[in-house]
Amino acid sequence: MPPVVVARDLVKKYEDLTAVDHISFDIERGEIFGFLGPNGAGKSTVIRMIQCVSPVTSGRLEVLGMDARAHPREIKARLGVAPQDNNLDPDFNVVQNLTSYARYFGMPKDQAARRADELLKFMQLEEKRKVMIEKLSGGMKRRLIVARALINDPDIIILDEPTTGLDPQARHLIWERVRQLKREGRTIILTTHYMDEAEQLCDRLVIMERGRFLMEGAPRRMIAEVVGDCVMEVIEADDAAERYLRSRGQQVERSADRLYVYSNDCRGINQEFRRLHPDVYSSIRIATLEDVFLRLTGRRLRE
Amino acid sequence: MNVGRGATAVWRRNADVFFKTWKTNFLPSIFEPLLYLVAMGLGFGGLVAGLTYAGQPIEYIRFLAPGLISISAMYGGFFECTYGSFVRMHYQKTFDAIVATPVSLEDVIIGEIMWGASKSLINSTIVLVVIALMGWLLSPAIQFTSLTVLLVPPITFLAGLMFSALAMIFTALVPNIDSFNYPFFLLITPMFLFGGTFFPISQLGAAEPLAYVLPLTHTSLLIRNMSLGLSSPLDLMAFAYIIAMTAAATYLAVRLMKKRLTR
Repeated sequence: MPPVVVARDLVKKYEDLTAVDHISFDIERGEIFGFLGPNGAGKSTVIRMIQCVSPVTSGRLEVLGMDARAHPREIKARLGVAPQDNNLDPDFNVVQNLTSYARYFGMPKDQAARRADELLKFMQLEEKRKVMIEKLSGGMKRRLIVARALINDPDIIILDEPTTGLDPQARHLIWERVRQLKREGRTIILTTHYMDEAEQLCDRLVIMERGRFLMEGAPRRMIAEVVGDCVMEVIEADDAAERYLRSRGQQVERSADRLYVYSNDCRGINQEFRRLHPDVYSSIRIATLEDVFLRLTGRRLRE
Repeated sequence: MNVGRGATAVWRRNADVFFKTWKTNFLPSIFEPLLYLVAMGLGFGGLVAGLTYAGQPIEYIRFLAPGLISISAMYGGFFECTYGSFVRMHYQKTFDAIVATPVSLEDVIIGEIMWGASKSLINSTIVLVVIALMGWLLSPAIQFTSLTVLLVPPITFLAGLMFSALAMIFTALVPNIDSFNYPFFLLITPMFLFGGTFFPISQLGAAEPLAYVLPLTHTSLLIRNMSLGLSSPLDLMAFAYIIAMTAAATYLAVRLMKKRLTR
């Protein structure tokens, strides 16, 4: 089956800024594809171009086999978008938010009402049917935004930072629903700056910085390639300890008072280190996507 | 222009919201013209003697009443597509939500303008009904018996399109909601006073031709003539002005809005 999104040499320029800088990628049908990166990396801009609301500056962008420049209406009819900002309609209650949204897709009234009921159940919002938006908690709003994105039974679902600011329960409910949607055969495109979210959900992802891809692939493979299986963390290492670690680890990084030692043999190194420097606290843990991200983008704080 | 049936869905959204709270929406539009009719028409009008319009003597309240219909047509659309549209665009992000569907930004703007015109129609029809009731019960001077009065509602809708499109231009330009003070102060208030509403523009003397620059002058001229059953060669010009101004303002509003909202 052909990919559902094809981008070649895609560029988005604003007056004084290149937000997306010659990127190419394919998104396959039925996968969860993630765009990962710090704020301002260009994730949302890519998403907005796929959504056909932000004009492409140059390059090729096809969504569901159609040119994004030429067929925005046809493309948008088959997308479901859960934006980062809460833009639920505050003039309507919960169920009206779904039915009024269905009208923008040209959906008949009775079909919209049926679909809205299904979705309220799916996102566990049935009891809030008649509640006005301002009375909903952050998690409920997010669930309603996801429900709204599904109103047109979309082929591709775009989730822009779906769980930012949510408590753990609300996050897990959204994750579970995302997996369920994938099982239904839908393609899901996700942006996030939560590494655990990306690692948990994405089949494939790209890490973006300054409009470019730093790396792409399956999360586990990326971790194995860039970091190895485990990481050793050392707190408040003195100079002697640091010198020792730098001589042993394949890669050693410092962030404030912490040293991170990347190696395929961090267990062995740790054992020896404990023996030589018993006063310095150290521990080992499984490598995560966060380590990949920080290794690639560095540990400095960015704006 | 990339406009389709999405514009109707946008119109429906606003209509649904309006009719959910119609009681609070209708009351001011009933009482305000009533206050004007009593204060200006009966009170102040009693002091006015020897007024003529279209070469005939006319009672002041009969001159004023169609002016009030015109004013409500202007305010209906202009308020809706400045403050109303700005709140939806800027604070509620309603436009962003809608353009993520097959509805285009052009549809949204056209739908908003159509809704603004509907507000003009609704408000000014209420004024017309208030005038009719008052003419029947209290003041025979404002009974409009000519059948051409039936043309008044469609004219208020048309004028509503014009004022809404003009409003949308400002909505596309203002940096924040407080800036709407400028178009109201510089454009709407002068029209309210000088647009053939409270006195005939012939009173302006040498400045009379300037009044024909104002959209409200043409609106009030058409509405007054249709209410009173008069016809004048200027009717056609007024009609052509409204059509041309609506087309130009809509075109500009859509362009400026696309510039503002497309990133």
